[in-house]
Amino acid sequence: MRIGGEGLINRERRLKFRFDGREYWGFQGDTLASALMANGLRVVGRSFKYHRPRGVFTTGSEEPNALVTVGKGPGQEPNLRATTLELYEGLEARSQNAWPSVDFDVMGINDLAAPFLGAGFYYKTFMWPRAFWERVYEPVIRRAAGLGALSREAAAERYEKAFAHCDLLVIGAGPAGLMAALVAARAGADVILADEETRPGGRLTLERIEVDGRPGHVWAADIRAELAGMDNVRLMPRTSVIGAYDQGTYGALERLAPDVAARDGAPRECFWRIVARRAVLAAGALERPVAFANNDRPGIMTAGAVRGYVNRWRVAPGQRVAVFGNTDGAHRTASDLLAAGVHVAALIDARHGAKCEFDVPFYPGMQVCDAQGRKGLEAITLTGPRGTDRIQADCLGISGGWNPTVHLTCHMGGRPDWNAQIAGFVPREGAVPGLRAAGACNGVFSTQACLESGARAARAALEEMGLSVPEVPVPRAEDGAYDIQPLWHVPGKGRAWLDFQNDVTVKDVQLAAAENFRSVEHMKRYTTQGMAPDQGKTSNIGALAVLADTTGQGIPETGTTTYRPPYTPVAIAALGAGGRGRGFAPERLTTSHGASVQRGAEMIEAGLWFRPGYFPAGGETHWRQSCDREVRMVRQAVGVADVSTLGKIDIQGPDAGRFLDFVYANRFSTLKVGRVRYGLMLREDGHVMDDGTTARLGEDHFLMTTTTAAAGQVMRHLEFVHQCLHPEWDLRFTSVTEQWAQFAVAGPRAREVLNGVLDAPIEGGMWPFMSCGAVGLGGVAGRLFRISFSGEQGYEIAVPARYGAALFDLLVERAEALGGGPYGMEALNVLRLEKGFITHAEIHGRTTAFDIGMGGMVSSARESIGKAAAARPGLLGAEREQLVGLKPVGAVRELVAGAHLFARDAEAVSANDQGYVTSVGFSPTFGHMIGLGFLKNGRARHGEVIRMVDRMKGSQTLCEVQDPVQYDPDGGRLRD
Amino acid sequence: MRITCPLCGERDRREFYYQGAAVALTRPEPEAGEAAWDDYIHNRENPCGVTRDLWHHEMGCGAWLVVMRNTATHEVLEVELATDAKRTGA
Amino acid sequence: MTRTEGGCVIELRAKSPCDGLLPLSIGGVTLSEAAPGAMTCLMPYKGQAAALSGALEVACGIAAPAPGHSTVSDGVRILWFGRETLLLIGPEPAPELAQHAAVVDHSDAWAVVRLEGPGAVDVLARLVPVDLRESAFAPGATARSELRHMQAAITRLSADAFEIMVFRGMARTLVHDLRDVMESVAARAGR
Repeated sequence: MRIGGEGLINRERRLKFRFDGREYWGFQGDTLASALMANGLRVVGRSFKYHRPRGVFTTGSEEPNALVTVGKGPGQEPNLRATTLELYEGLEARSQNAWPSVDFDVMGINDLAAPFLGAGFYYKTFMWPRAFWERVYEPVIRRAAGLGALSREAAAERYEKAFAHCDLLVIGAGPAGLMAALVAARAGADVILADEETRPGGRLTLERIEVDGRPGHVWAADIRAELAGMDNVRLMPRTSVIGAYDQGTYGALERLAPDVAARDGAPRECFWRIVARRAVLAAGALERPVAFANNDRPGIMTAGAVRGYVNRWRVAPGQRVAVFGNTDGAHRTASDLLAAGVHVAALIDARHGAKCEFDVPFYPGMQVCDAQGRKGLEAITLTGPRGTDRIQADCLGISGGWNPTVHLTCHMGGRPDWNAQIAGFVPREGAVPGLRAAGACNGVFSTQACLESGARAARAALEEMGLSVPEVPVPRAEDGAYDIQPLWHVPGKGRAWLDFQNDVTVKDVQLAAAENFRSVEHMKRYTTQGMAPDQGKTSNIGALAVLADTTGQGIPETGTTTYRPPYTPVAIAALGAGGRGRGFAPERLTTSHGASVQRGAEMIEAGLWFRPGYFPAGGETHWRQSCDREVRMVRQAVGVADVSTLGKIDIQGPDAGRFLDFVYANRFSTLKVGRVRYGLMLREDGHVMDDGTTARLGEDHFLMTTTTAAAGQVMRHLEFVHQCLHPEWDLRFTSVTEQWAQFAVAGPRAREVLNGVLDAPIEGGMWPFMSCGAVGLGGVAGRLFRISFSGEQGYEIAVPARYGAALFDLLVERAEALGGGPYGMEALNVLRLEKGFITHAEIHGRTTAFDIGMGGMVSSARESIGKAAAARPGLLGAEREQLVGLKPVGAVRELVAGAHLFARDAEAVSANDQGYVTSVGFSPTFGHMIGLGFLKNGRARHGEVIRMVDRMKGSQTLCEVQDPVQYDPDGGRLRD
Repeated sequence: MRITCPLCGERDRREFYYQGAAVALTRPEPEAGEAAWDDYIHNRENPCGVTRDLWHHEMGCGAWLVVMRNTATHEVLEVELATDAKRTGA
Repeated sequence: MTRTEGGCVIELRAKSPCDGLLPLSIGGVTLSEAAPGAMTCLMPYKGQAAALSGALEVACGIAAPAPGHSTVSDGVRILWFGRETLLLIGPEPAPELAQHAAVVDHSDAWAVVRLEGPGAVDVLARLVPVDLRESAFAPGATARSELRHMQAAITRLSADAFEIMVFRGMARTLVHDLRDVMESVAARAGR
């Protein structure tokens, strides 16, 4: 119910919103929770397991009950806390986990089944019949329980991520945080002040506390204004620092203000990675409840929440409000209620010998042991030395004390320390290097102490960073003592709730201990206490106190479980911002990309590169038609393919030749200038890493090529060899893959095509097979390599990439005039298969030079990478699976890559496995499919008929083992 | 995790490629025998504590680095260029 | 294409890496393609770093920069480009340089763009993990780092202007990623 008075809402700005389909009004400055409360709604959701009606419990991100879903469709977001959801015009929210409505929920029947649904029930019940668990029980239980749901549509909302660096990161803008930020900012340090709230002040925005002679929230706003005017300060409101990571890195989730997020192109949230030299954690403390029977009735909330709704949002959470606690906070609550004109039904102070100065019904030394009113609190039952009492109340504010928000200090594996004086855990110093705690999260609770603590923390950080510390007077504020008598649980009949979000009771924790799940880690997993999205913020300490009580160990001995990031939930869309659609990975395009796309080529991904698979010509509707035609075209006329994607590494220096001799299995220092040689590169374990051709352009100048896939890996390997193994060798190298656009021109008419573009035409014999050198094209300095991957007369022509697009067009135009044209990766694959040339399908990381028939290339005379390991027993000999060609010879004509090979009459079981197929393709040249594979002792079995078995498709093919090189074995077509 | 590259300054771990233990710097002689080569290629200590690794600043300056760090506390203790480490005797 | 008797002399038209993609202006931040002229990768041989610097001073008037920096003079710029690597920008490399270093043409290897305007640093902060505060990255400073998964070289030209280089083949992705983030930044700022 809304009451008068200023508060921190703007009554000039009314906002219309919808909840569960009904329209309501609120004010700017309201949260959804305060607006619902102002409109008299008491039940805002149903609990996870038992579907008990629940109401708002807190004012912050620790809220366990008021979870809602906002929006519909792709933008739908579940499990948002109504207490932190900023109200805006047009907000549409729905309660969760209730059907047909939150008021009447069919699944409320679960509450009656409670005896069967206690902790660990799924280990003890629903066991028979066995098959029913997976097919019946689990799906039903899963549907019956739960929180919010996603829309299942592809997300359309924009998210972003960003990086920030600073000297001091201050986490929390309450009194401690504001002081810390002020001191550091005045010292000239680069400061980031982050707070999950929309406005600074922390609890000062919820209490009637004065700082420096004025309302705390006014003081906070003044400090904020000063900080906002400083260039060295970045203010980050609505930003939750969710995790502390190594070396001063912090993760933070920023929610954009609703009006900003609504702009075109604006993101909804931003995930920040902040690197801070030092940090101050001023995260405050979270109030904990007391457990008693039915302490989860709608209308029961923390005492601090009562004060917050009354003071900040000017909402009376009830008309007859009772207060129950074990610190002076209970009295402050009564005082605030009276000041707001709200009737105080009772002030129950559990502390013995407590005194009260207000004119309210006072019950010292008593405890609340039960609450009545399923859909909304109606009455509470008290118990004490003098007996029981029943009081009518429609709202109860409870406080069992405050838990310092230590979480971030434990994100790197540390545990907090128990402080018996405040009956709470406090951070251990140095648990996160560079981070110090200040204020309430460090166990000091008066406002004065928090202010001083924040200033002190900043000073210490500044000193550590070698910055001078300015004189900053600490303002005056209340300095009350924290006089607590610990109370965790009031015994009684009925379930006493600990973890509201996962529906875990005191009885569940006691049951866990009885079943010998006595460690806090086991209790957590067995009962699921602390495992809900709220991560047990209002239940952890209470639960471990009950466990300690039950096991007879003290609280310190029982200890806490591990705190892990994120402190509050983070949408995966925020973590992965920018990675959607085209942003998923960089696209690497060749200079002929535009022309290929224009010609209708089907582009395929080769790592990050895009390459044309095939170029469909008029009338072609299936890729095989194009592929077959392109193969024939290259063999009979001429084809042009973009081969720019292969790695090209320019290597120069007096030791360049020596270096190549070391990284290649075969020798390169003997290669003559103007010649090209095929090279095989091994890993140190003797297996093939990559292959390619390397050209000698000058005495101390080589150009290495690698496969497209391994270009990066080879470059890294070369750097490793040079820097880590032989830094004394004098050579330098750099990648020139992007510098040169390179095109293969292959086929009997290749020379004719080239002569249409070269300044000086080539005649027979001028450029013998495996030669290279400089050429001119329209005055542009290019390079020509006489090499072939197709098995036809072949050249590769390279020009600086700016001319690539133009050259491709010219080459293709010329080729088409001669009955040829462009060809893609599919045809390239068939052409090389016909020649028995290998790709990474064959050198897949577990094959050696010996396996692929190149054992002879590994020079015996000198040392090279992988040579020692390649000679190990087991890597040579008849037992090895050796490269063979395969052709189908039976009725079945299909070969399948990945299928395994067996002796013709052997049973297709692992014990009889003799090898596998690596590459296959239909050969228009031979009129049937051909393949490459590895077969035990394959080189000695040419002519043998074996059986290829594909278990996936269930097919079998009889194949003849043959030499991998089937087309033009003598290589006559390659040479002049 | 952040690593201070001697050339580039402190950078996020994602800019680096992790190779493995820095023992890779001491390549055995060709005739060192099977056991030495087996150790070099396959066998590594796996301490809970201080390790010396090789990292490549792949997305940065391209330098190979020897990084001494503590796998238990996550401290990065020392970083030097691999070429320097080789010079001083790895 | 001109055909002459006994051979053809063709004309190859040049295309820049960002051909057709730029310029772009969103919320007061502009993205345009730079035309740096020749770009040459210089990698000194063993013990030749100082000699190379001396040769550069003679040939172009400026010495080699220290790691993380660039030197400029009169249409010539030298960027520190990586471990024992420099990028000479502007003039063709003088032949003497080859006595001290491997000299490799990179003129076509990079897409080079200029990002400018108030908010340029906010744009970059969404893509590059490097500390971009002026105290850490002053005008003239250069860094090899990543720009959303792409290898990049970032140089600060002035308080609000940056030069960004990525592989030529990734030009389209660069423009896409920058545009994406420029839109976010502009929307936040209400521009």
